[in-house]
Amino acid sequence: MNKSKLVLLIALAWLPLRASALEVFACEPEWAALASELGGDRVSVYSAVTGRQDVHVVQARPSLIARFRQADLVICTGASLESGWLPVLLRQGGNPAAQPGKPGFLEAATFVPMLDKPVSLDRAQGELHPMGNPHIQIDPRNIRLVATALTGRLVQLDPAGADSYTDRGQDFQTRWTAAIAGWEARGASLRGMKVVTQHRSWTYLENWLGLDEVANLEPKPGIEPSTSHLASLLSTVEGEDVAWIIRSCYQSPRASEWLSARTGIPAEVLPHTVGSVDDVNTLFELFDVILDRLGAPRQ
Amino acid sequence: MSVYRYFLSTVAGIVALTSVSPVLAQGVISGNEFNPAISLILDGQFSRYSNDVDDYQISGFLRDEAAAPAPEGFSLGETELTASANVDDWFYGFADIVYEDSEDETEVELEEAYFDTLALPAGWAVKGGKFLSAVGYHNAFHPHSWDFADEPLAYRAMLGGAFDDVGAQVRWLAPTLLFLQLGTEGFRGASFPASGAANDGAGAWSVFAKVGGDVGTSNSWKAGISWLNYKVDDWNQDLDDGELSLNGDGDVVIGELVWKWAPGGNAYNRNLKFQAEYLHREENGDADILTGDVASAGRYDIKQDGLYAQAVYQWRRGWRVGIRYDWLSADNNVDALQVPTPLDGDDRDPERFTVMVDYAHTEFSRLRLQACRDDSSDDSDTQVVLQYVLSLGPHGAHQF
Repeated sequence: MNKSKLVLLIALAWLPLRASALEVFACEPEWAALASELGGDRVSVYSAVTGRQDVHVVQARPSLIARFRQADLVICTGASLESGWLPVLLRQGGNPAAQPGKPGFLEAATFVPMLDKPVSLDRAQGELHPMGNPHIQIDPRNIRLVATALTGRLVQLDPAGADSYTDRGQDFQTRWTAAIAGWEARGASLRGMKVVTQHRSWTYLENWLGLDEVANLEPKPGIEPSTSHLASLLSTVEGEDVAWIIRSCYQSPRASEWLSARTGIPAEVLPHTVGSVDDVNTLFELFDVILDRLGAPRQ
Repeated sequence: MSVYRYFLSTVAGIVALTSVSPVLAQGVISGNEFNPAISLILDGQFSRYSNDVDDYQISGFLRDEAAAPAPEGFSLGETELTASANVDDWFYGFADIVYEDSEDETEVELEEAYFDTLALPAGWAVKGGKFLSAVGYHNAFHPHSWDFADEPLAYRAMLGGAFDDVGAQVRWLAPTLLFLQLGTEGFRGASFPASGAANDGAGAWSVFAKVGGDVGTSNSWKAGISWLNYKVDDWNQDLDDGELSLNGDGDVVIGELVWKWAPGGNAYNRNLKFQAEYLHREENGDADILTGDVASAGRYDIKQDGLYAQAVYQWRRGWRVGIRYDWLSADNNVDALQVPTPLDGDDRDPERFTVMVDYAHTEFSRLRLQACRDDSSDDSDTQVVLQYVLSLGPHGAHQF
């Protein structure tokens, strides 16, 4: 790259970006993918987290604050999933339109029925989410509920594009409903399948497909698997006919491979969002690949 | 849906069966629905020093007496009680009350108590109250979020640990993809290195500029430059055989750089954090020394430079190791004073080497072992610290 090109590139980085009618800041890749599906060319979408990152440990980076400042609409899971970084963006991001309670802020978890609401709150039980398990994106029926809310919000914020958003929304709902029927038909063979998971981030998937989670590699949510806990799992899974040991792409394979080597149960990375594994680039592919990897043949 | 309906009918059943319904939170006015987020930090340590910590000095520097290593043996650090919440859609409020245990008594200090605006347009924001200044990088962090058990030597020597004071801050975030923040602050000027709240209680002010961004998905950075100007109005310190009093004014200029790396931007298992700052301070004015009944007076003129660089590497979840290097240099002109002061020791440059390892069982608990060789004075000091930092309650998000 020659000098003048470099200067131009640096100058461009400072320019305000305003190519589309709406700037959407998504906390997670699944909501970024959904906003692109529903907004089309009228929205420009930025995802704060990539598919390979652990959303629990993201930092309030300067780049995120700068992006947050630009956003017309911020869409996040909520339910305290982003409590380690989103509050800093809300306070430092200089964006009064994207504050909780304003049309420019959409919290997906408020539109779906929450599972795993803790009965008591004690951190000795691990890292609990008082409002329930926030990993809601892994049930396609939740995606449908959030899509309805998001279409409404896009229309509200950009009335000039109302027709476009409504059409795209209806088209997405039709395709998504058909896809869910297909996935449920494929998933029928998985009903009752026993799985061991690393973290309690698959609850909504298990609830949807009727999987049976017999154990977690983490002794308590958010606490690193320990040797003694893993050893105790050997007897837990013995004779249980467990089909898979499941982890997310960002989790260390150490614990699941240890258990796999001793029990013969295959360990598998399941995609938890768009972009988490190579062949998942859309929300549709997300559930296609989940069912592939769980062993449900394509029909 | 059917689950929800089942829940409703169950609730209806319970209500029907019990004439009173104290089990239902809904509709019961308890008065605590709007409680702010309250958290408590427990911080304590066990320290061993080869020198007597009561004689701790940094050659060539006059220090705020509060900025010293922890007492030897068992000691408590800052027990912080914080409360924060959105006041309404215009204001966010935060207070941090620090309990410090020293010499048989507990001192209570209001470290921060400020509001921050939420609703100003075009990237503007105003903060007011008592708060940690935005100058420098390390300055705005509370001790529980430090990567080492103690502050950088330059902060200890030049800013009394950290500069916090009563005042107001106006800042602006540029509408650019590259993070650019500009701001200015005005303070009473009652806390070190300022003193006495000169100019009718407006004795210090600052300007700062910060930029930051990402390089690929694995790297992110932030850099900044800040300037603090302050008045010194009757700052006093006891000497071995008398009392020193200073009146003057000074400036501190700080350059900061922080670089963070995590493979694929995923800090879950492995990450590296590098930070370095350079501080330059100049101060001059009139010095008076009272020894017994004899008073001597003269000009004082100090120039100080300080640098620290540190790197902290997490090699697996929870486990981190860190190294830090501190360097200071002073060039003081106090020839007119007849009595020796700590400012005389400017012919040697203080240095400190620190290593630490810490383990965080969850993000709420951390245990740390730290060792350092502190060459702040002629007598080299070896310091070993075993520390715990525990966080109770909802823990606020940390800034980058």
